[in-house]
Amino acid sequence: MISEALVELSRWQFAVTALFHFLFVPLTIGLTWILFIMEAVYVMTGREIYRDMTKFWGKLFGINFAIGVATGLTMEFEFGTNWSYYSHYVGDVFGAPLAIEGLMAFFLESTFVGMFFLGWDRLSKRQHLMGTFLMALGTNFSALWILIANGWMQNPVGSEFNYMTMRMELVSFSEIIFNPVAQVKFIHTVAGGYVAGSMFVLSISSYYLLKGRDIAFAKRSFSVAAGFGLAAIFSVILLGDESGYEVGEVQRVKLAAIEAEYHTEPAPAAFTLIGIPDDEAMETHYAVKIPYALGLIATRSLDEKVIGLRDLQKAHEPRIRNGMIAYKYLVKLRNGEDTPENIAKFNETKQDLGYGLLLKRYTDNVVDATEAQIQMAVKDSTPPVAQVFWAFRMMVASGFIMLLLFCLAFYFNARRQIEQKRWLLKSILFALPLPWIAIETGWFVAEFGRQPWAISEILPTFLSTSSLEASDVLFSLIAFIVVYSILFVIEMYLMIKFARLGPSALHTGRYHFEQVPELTSGLRSQNS
Amino acid sequence: MFDYETLKFIWWCLIGFLFIGFAITDGMDMGVGGLLPFVAKKDVESRVVINTVGAHWDGNQVWFITAGASLFAAWPLVYATAFSGFYFAMMLTLFSLFLRPLAFDYRSKIDSLKWRTNWDKALFVGSMVPPLVFGVAFGNLLQGVPFGFDSLMRVTYTGSFLALFTPFTLLTGVVSVAMMLMHGSTWLVMRTDADVAQRSANIGRVVAVVLSLAFAIAGLMVWQSIDGYLVVSTIDTMGQAQPTIKEVTTSSGAWLNNYRETPLLWLVPAVGLVVPFLVALLLSIKSKSTSVKVFAFIGSSLTIISIILTAGIAMFPFVMPSSSVPNHSLLMWDTVSSEGTLGLMFMVVAFFIPIIIGYTLWCYKKMWRTVTIAEIEQNNHTAY
Repeated sequence: MISEALVELSRWQFAVTALFHFLFVPLTIGLTWILFIMEAVYVMTGREIYRDMTKFWGKLFGINFAIGVATGLTMEFEFGTNWSYYSHYVGDVFGAPLAIEGLMAFFLESTFVGMFFLGWDRLSKRQHLMGTFLMALGTNFSALWILIANGWMQNPVGSEFNYMTMRMELVSFSEIIFNPVAQVKFIHTVAGGYVAGSMFVLSISSYYLLKGRDIAFAKRSFSVAAGFGLAAIFSVILLGDESGYEVGEVQRVKLAAIEAEYHTEPAPAAFTLIGIPDDEAMETHYAVKIPYALGLIATRSLDEKVIGLRDLQKAHEPRIRNGMIAYKYLVKLRNGEDTPENIAKFNETKQDLGYGLLLKRYTDNVVDATEAQIQMAVKDSTPPVAQVFWAFRMMVASGFIMLLLFCLAFYFNARRQIEQKRWLLKSILFALPLPWIAIETGWFVAEFGRQPWAISEILPTFLSTSSLEASDVLFSLIAFIVVYSILFVIEMYLMIKFARLGPSALHTGRYHFEQVPELTSGLRSQNS
Repeated sequence: MFDYETLKFIWWCLIGFLFIGFAITDGMDMGVGGLLPFVAKKDVESRVVINTVGAHWDGNQVWFITAGASLFAAWPLVYATAFSGFYFAMMLTLFSLFLRPLAFDYRSKIDSLKWRTNWDKALFVGSMVPPLVFGVAFGNLLQGVPFGFDSLMRVTYTGSFLALFTPFTLLTGVVSVAMMLMHGSTWLVMRTDADVAQRSANIGRVVAVVLSLAFAIAGLMVWQSIDGYLVVSTIDTMGQAQPTIKEVTTSSGAWLNNYRETPLLWLVPAVGLVVPFLVALLLSIKSKSTSVKVFAFIGSSLTIISIILTAGIAMFPFVMPSSSVPNHSLLMWDTVSSEGTLGLMFMVVAFFIPIIIGYTLWCYKKMWRTVTIAEIEQNNHTAY
């Protein structure tokens, strides 16, 4: 049996490396379009300040991009290094979108990012703008294919188990592309990236406005970010991916966990605003509820029920028992007893094979599982509630605060009063971490809420690991934490340095720190 | 469109193509990074060297990423077995690869010599460790790797990190590093001038000779002292991917069987042995015309193609032989994805690769120039 320590450490390592990588991805996704907007204005109007804006925000973009590229390499390796059974079991399906991402998106993004930074003097204005556009397009395509891959983990359509090769195999690629879960996730995630990019520009511009520096530059940047960000935050919230929760059993389980809904309530269900979920008792204590809201949000109807975790677990029990039968025939087929009868029996039950595999945590043989082990597997079939419940609320709260801030920013900017609203500028400055809080907690809800599955209803997470020693993974996990911390310090050092310096970093001679040399020569001489 | 057997063979070619693409493009950047401490004696020279690949390293690195992802999609068992089996070697590669993007992007952002020389060191490590590990890994593939599958196809690897290093695999590591260094030097000769170009040529011609010799010795070892693998049962080339149902034995010199059967194939290693000497010769010419420089680079690229192909052909149809359970060895016939996935991915690759090569060449053309010290000094704040 697979050691629990190995499973836990592998999960930690994936969580640490993926969440760290995703600190940088959304900013790249959002900033590329903002850079494109700024540069497009420059090309259309010929006004130099927009070129300076493109170059300056581009400099910050570059600092973020480099570490995003570096940490992205980990994700490409890690399925093979740490989740080798997963890689074998689903590579036939899951590998394809990753490879397509490389061919369709990474090449485009990475080739033109070089042109963006170093091609200013070697390309015509229009060529450079086109390069920026292709870079942004590549970045967004990249998100598309990653979310198609991730959407398939949540709702594995278009594929079938093959007992001969002992893996999932592709049946319909179009089903995988048009997986509704993947579609809503893509929109939600890229729009989240646009919010992060906008908040980044908005906050740092607010800083210049508060300091009274480079006002013209800051105000124009602020306007672009306020407009783009307002559109983006509306998309994130309105097209939130709760609409994807109608599809697939595991998504329904996730929804119940998000709402700490242990009992199935009569339709339309009430929305639990806050409360204290208790997995042991399967009750939510001290719940504060809003009548009807959950039913409306989740099912978009007044008469459909939202099923609670108790009933969901109850429904999983027969599937686990059925999965034991599937496993029994799978073993026979793998041992060469592939009579038509055995194949037929296996095919009858194979949709529950994944549930049978849940028992592998307790007994290698599966078919000899005791009643107590079956009950433990039933308990395992839904994720721990409290973490998902609270992470979701942090995400939503961050989202609504940002919605408010973007509305105010847009309104006062349109009325040309933004410089006077110092309280708003300060609030925006301090709200800078919000998109990252929302995005990281959002991913946590999506992935932790999918447990116990790596691939919903097909492959449990604990089975997906490589055959490594727990100590191997402990060692690499510590190495990741140490090295990533160092990289993060370096990145933040540069980011803060250049954000503080502002457009003077471009050495055009037009900006704040270049006007009063006696005050700022110390700062300036250190930078290029 | 194609039957399963043909698709399997196409994918053997495509994986080879992607790895060769990686070696020629990203390998060039790695060679440049490896040469950096030896060809650049002052900061501005380092910047000249780095800016020859400044606009392209990121695009080039995608060959590596795509080759890895294609392995995942087309040969999932190889991806799963090799990456988890070579766990610490992969981690070592990964951690060194972190250094490259940061070194390229961050190095010239701060005007401090200490900051910059530290990043130069990082770039050197990030450029030399990966080719060394890949070379050692390839040597291990030729030797066979200790792994086997249980009845549910969970792979167990029984080797250790230190066991990866044998005289033979260290030699293949040298071949790999020398290949990158030679390639990087021909690139720098094309794209720089004055002292940097001269030093690159001096190092390049030595490395080219070393490469040819190391490659020759590795060849002798494969002939005399490394056991090759042989499938003795019949292979169902149209069959499903079931790598545990065949019979495999080992025998001395078996890796040369393909060459013995088709003597024309000897041309492939011959290129890898002879062309490095031509490259060395071209690099020795005192006043080089453009065509001399270009031929040196083409020669270097041909050498890379030939060396990678030599190993691939020697092992064919094996891609990852198992030394502990030879019957579980992975072949390009039985380690593959399903017919549907191979067909789909073939179409995707066939569609995108020409487009990728098209816009990549356009970018190279636009950025093509001799990078000089004067240019760097003029663009002090925008160049890398």
